[in-house]
Parts: sequence; structure tokens; C-alpha cells
Amino acid sequence: MTDVLNDPTQVGEDPYGASAGADAAEGRVYTVTGQDWDSLVADQAERGDERIVVNMGPQHPSTHGVLRLILELEGESVIEARCGIGYLHTGIEKNMEYRTWTQGVTFCTRMDYLAPLHNETTYCLGVERLLDITDQIPEKANVLRVLMLELNRISSHLVCIATGGMEIGALTVMTIGFREREKVLDAFELITGLRMNHAYIRPGGVAQDLPEGALDQLRDLVRWMRKHLPEYAAFCNENPIFKGRLADVGRLDLAGCLALGVTGPPLRATGYDWDLRKKQPYCGYETYDFEVQTWDTADAYGRFRIRLNEMWESLKIVEQCIARLEKMQGSPIMIGNKKIAWPAQLSVGSDGMGNSNEHLKHIMGESMEALIHHFKLVTEGFRVPPGQAYVPIESPRGELGAHVISDGGTRPFRAHFRDPSFTNLQAMPAMCEGGMVSDVVVAVASLDPVMGGVDR
Amino acid sequence: MSDESGPQRDDLHEESDAQVPVKGAVPEGESEPDADTKPESLTGPAPDVASGGTEADTLTAEVARVEPTAEVIATRRGMFGAAGTGDTSGYGLLARTIEFPAPSSPPYGGWWDSVYERIGELVPDYSDVITAVVVHRGEITFHVAPEHLPMLVRLLRDDAHLRFELCSGVSGVHYPQDKGRELHAVYHLQSMTHNRRIRLEVSVPDSDPHLPSIVATYPTADWHERETYDMFGIIFDGHPALTRILMPDDWPGYPQRKDYPLGGVPVEYKGATVPPPDQRRSYH
Repeated sequence: MTDVLNDPTQVGEDPYGASAGADAAEGRVYTVTGQDWDSLVADQAERGDERIVVNMGPQHPSTHGVLRLILELEGESVIEARCGIGYLHTGIEKNMEYRTWTQGVTFCTRMDYLAPLHNETTYCLGVERLLDITDQIPEKANVLRVLMLELNRISSHLVCIATGGMEIGALTVMTIGFREREKVLDAFELITGLRMNHAYIRPGGVAQDLPEGALDQLRDLVRWMRKHLPEYAAFCNENPIFKGRLADVGRLDLAGCLALGVTGPPLRATGYDWDLRKKQPYCGYETYDFEVQTWDTADAYGRFRIRLNEMWESLKIVEQCIARLEKMQGSPIMIGNKKIAWPAQLSVGSDGMGNSNEHLKHIMGESMEALIHHFKLVTEGFRVPPGQAYVPIESPRGELGAHVISDGGTRPFRAHFRDPSFTNLQAMPAMCEGGMVSDVVVAVASLDPVMGGVDR
Repeated sequence: MSDESGPQRDDLHEESDAQVPVKGAVPEGESEPDADTKPESLTGPAPDVASGGTEADTLTAEVARVEPTAEVIATRRGMFGAAGTGDTSGYGLLARTIEFPAPSSPPYGGWWDSVYERIGELVPDYSDVITAVVVHRGEITFHVAPEHLPMLVRLLRDDAHLRFELCSGVSGVHYPQDKGRELHAVYHLQSMTHNRRIRLEVSVPDSDPHLPSIVATYPTADWHERETYDMFGIIFDGHPALTRILMPDDWPGYPQRKDYPLGGVPVEYKGATVPPPDQRRSYH
């Protein structure tokens, strides 16, 4: 067994399959490699019991990306459930070690691709703490961050509700969910230039100021949301089929949540109002008026209702941000310390977004020092004093934190992300075992795992 | 370009009292239980510790005897990043010593002291269990001896005065120049009852990378330990099923280690290749 990989006589045999002698020692061994359905059925008929091992995924449409569930079934009941992950591992943390601190943002934004701005924020807050500049971040940058984080929370919850609805056959919820999300992404595109993977939040502030007309579009967006968010409640809240599929499914109580490290909506669905925005405020969250949403059923239905309610709370925060931004026109959005602040300036020209002409004129025509400064900061980057920091934030899925370590250089020595999807997914067996196969889909959807964040 | 001398661990045990970071020593968060203890107390003896009973007194004395020395992790030469002299030519053999924040001695201020003292009350051989305490940028790190880790985390979780209910995960770090303790595992613990967060750091040598698992106390550490094993090769003894989690089962090596070879991309242009990222020019 040990040398199967190198043994030329074993070519074609499955290195992960059970060895021939395993039957005798511990009874029948169920392997989880890919199989042809016909041979699976033939095996099953020969065996005569109801037990069967099924691979759900990694390409199954209702496992939220490339998640592989290995289910041991007795008839339609799940006896054992295990996760296989790693199909989307891209080595982002390793990659970040070979880029500057600022470039790191463009990597970590791609991890949890439904909440890119949350990834960026937790990373930047860690870097800023190491630089000891947390209290020098301009007010407007913090307001912009909160605005983007809350818009992102809405768009992320919309995807969760939409895909979760689709998986149980509520297709209208899917179509309207993506319709609303598109509006949020339009706002993102206007403000950051991109719909996803923004790299908008940078160490020291944000990449650029609000463009012309952004506040108007944001006000339209809020109006649109206020009009359309009630549709979800009308479609789902008291819908008997919806409730029948979600209520009492995927239960996980408070003790289970804490033992398994589950945070976010699943934890709040147990009635515990743990929300880092309130408990350990960052980016000035303590100055906004909003409520932490809880539910007391600890099941998939409670998590759905929490997400629905949280979107309303996020909308409240977005409105407060808009009101503040109205009074902040022209305020700085990047830290005043020129040794850290990104020197390049962007502006929209006739051919799309690019370097600002004024900035180019300044560095190319007016100031040699400005050119050197620009060149040094962009190619070499700034240095971060040695040490480590961990500043978690409340992402749509729970506690998201970046453990950043600097060795005094221009690049992260190590950046590790505690991703809530990764941690929450561990609770899948606890929520599914003993239930029906059909409930596995609901339970996993209620955790809302994003595989980009799980595998990083 | 950088690091001509290579990263070396110097034996410079510099006096670095001045480096104890006072500035960032205020614990953050609005719900500090006893936030009246100001960070200024770092510079002088705080009255509450002095009156803290004989046990705490001996503890304080014990730790205070250990001279706080910053951990020098590298000495870099060259013009990049050097500061302090006007010479930017690079010919002056400019050297930059990279030091990690030095361990601090009590009192630390705020709730840190109460956590520190409570651990001292519960653990008889305190200095064997906790080898150093580092306060830096408003975060506290307890360096823990590996063999005592499971006992300590159980206390941290269950004691009513500590109650660190949530383990946020395990993060591995590889310090190749930290001879004899190359591999570090870092745990972030969150007390929801008291709204406090601490960090535990454990280090093991590359030659014998065994750490006791904390899955028995924090089941959530299951996947995190598997990931740390997968990426760094730290073997967590007592883990229920320590297998690779992100990389394929038959993957050779541990990718997040600093010495893991990186691949270059062959480019079809006159035989040129792009070197691996760690061999490219850098200004580190």
C-alpha cells in the first residue's frame, strides 16, 4: 500500500482505494473515489444492505462551488458526512509573501469573492495596526470603508439567499436576489472601477474618492432596496413550503457553535448577539446606529431571517454613511503620511480610468523628488515595523481576521486569514448527520460557505 | 540585491527597555472591564499589582528578573531601508537589525494583568508554562511551552475568570533563522464573556516538529491544525485525523515553509525564463 505510487506493477490501480486485505480486518471498507454510477448500483445490489457512500460534489450544482461532500447514506438518511475541500486552493497567502504590503490587497480580495471588501479591510486594519497609524486614518476613509463593507454585506447576503433559494427550488428568489445584487455591484463599479476584486481599501485609506454622481446613485440604490427588499419577506417568511424546508433543519445550538468556532449568522441564530461591529468596533462602527439581529431557533430558517434583517440594518448604516459623506466633499481619503500613502492618483479620462494627468504632470515635469518618491513607493513599497497583528472584523459569514506578521520588510512575512467559511464548514457533519439527504443541501446553504475563502 | 549576508540570528542581546511599546499598549474595544488602569502604569509600579497578594508578588519578581531582550531575527545590509545616517550610497556597509518586539514585564495594564495573574494562580510552575509575554500594538502574546499547551488552553477555556470560549484558529509561521524553534503555531483565543482576546504562541524545532493538539479542548482547531500540518509540517499529536486538507494527499513537502522551492515560469522568448519569486530582485 505504501509504495503503490512508485510500483510499476500497480499502474492503473487506484492509489487511494482500499487494499485487498482490508476487508478481513475491519469489515467492508467504503472508498470515496469517483465511481461510475452503474458500478455503484451493481455493488449495492450485490451487498444487499441500504448503506451507500455518495460523493456530492465537487461539481454538484448545489454545493456552493467546488465543495465535495462525502455522505454515507442508509437509505435516505445521512449516517456520516465529511467535507473534502482544497479544490480551489490557490496559495494566496504564499503569494502575498512575495508582493509589497499594498499589493497584498489585490491578492486577499480574491479569497472570499462574495465579500472582497471585508478581506481587504481586515488585512489593511492589521497592517495599519503594525504601522501604528490606526488613529491617523482620515475620517472620510473610514466612512467610505463602512459604506463599502455594508453594501458588500447586502450583496453577499443576497447571493446567500438567492442561491439557497435556488437549491430548494425557489427560483424566483434566485432571480430577484441576483437582480438586487447587480444594483450593488453597479455601485461598486462606479466607486472602485470593478464589480469584484476591487483592491479599493488600501493600507492608509482607500484607493480613490467617490466619483461624480456617486452619492446620487447610492441614494437611488437605497430607494431601490427599500422598495424591493420586502419582496423576500413576502415570498419566503411565511411561505409554508419554504418554512417546511428550512425550519428545524441544520440545527446547531450555542454550545455547538462555540465548540466548532462557528460565528456570524449561525451563531446569532442561537440568540446570542455576538457581532464584532458592536463588541470590538473598528472603522468607527461605534458611531453608527444599528441593531444586531438575532433569532432563537438555531436552524436554517433563523439564519435566513437574520440575513434578511441584517440587510435592513446595513441599509440603515449605508444611509448614515451617505449623510456623512455629503458633508465631507473634498476631505482626504488617504493618510497624510506621504511615506505610506499611495502616490499614484487615478482619474477617469476619455478612454476609461487611468493615471491622473495632473499627477503625471507633477512627477514628470515639476518635481524630480516627487518622481523618485513615487517610484520608490510603487516599486519598493513602505516598510512595516516587525511584529504581528490580528484585527478581526464581522464579515457576512462571521469572524474574518488576518494574522499579519512583518519582519520589518516591504512585504508581509506571513499573512494568514482566519476565514469564517473555512471554520463554519466544520459544523457541516454536526448539522447533517442523522438527517435526510435533502436537508444536507439546506444545511450547507445556511452556513453560506464560499469556497474561495475556504481554500484560499 | 538584498540580504547579502543572509539572514542570521545574531547573539546580540541588546538592552531594549526603550523598545517596550508603550504607545500602543491600550487594549482596544469599548468594554474594558477595568479600563481605569492607564497605560502610563507601564513605566512605574501599579498599586493594584503590589497589593495583589504574596503569590502574585513572587510571580512578578520572578518574571521581572528575566531581562527583556528583543528577538533579533535578521541583520540586513545594504542601502535599502537603512535609516539613521545620511549615507545612502550603500558603500557604508549600512546594517539594519531586525528585532521583534521585546518581552515586557508586568504590570501590563488593564485586564491584561488580571488574566496574567489569574493564570499565575492556576498554574503552579508558571515560568515553565509561559516563557515570555509580549505586549505590542495593543495585543498581548503569551509564549507557551509546547508540552503545557493542552493544560493551559483547558484552563483558559474553563476558568470563570478567563473564559476564552472561542478559538479563532491556528496559524503557522516558519522562522528559518530562529534556530532550534523554527516552526511557530499561533492561536488566537477570544473570551466572549469578558470581551478579551489573547494570542498564544508555541514554537517547535524543525527537526522534531511535534506539538500537542488542542482539539480536545477546542474542536474548531481540527481543520486549523490540519491546515497548519498541511502547510508547515507541524505534527499535532493527539489530533483525531491529521491529514492534508488543502493540498492533495500525495503532495510532497510543506508549501508555506520559507525554504519550499518556488517555481519559475518558462517563457518562450530566446530561452529566457522568469525566475521564481524568491530569486527575483527585491528591495526587502
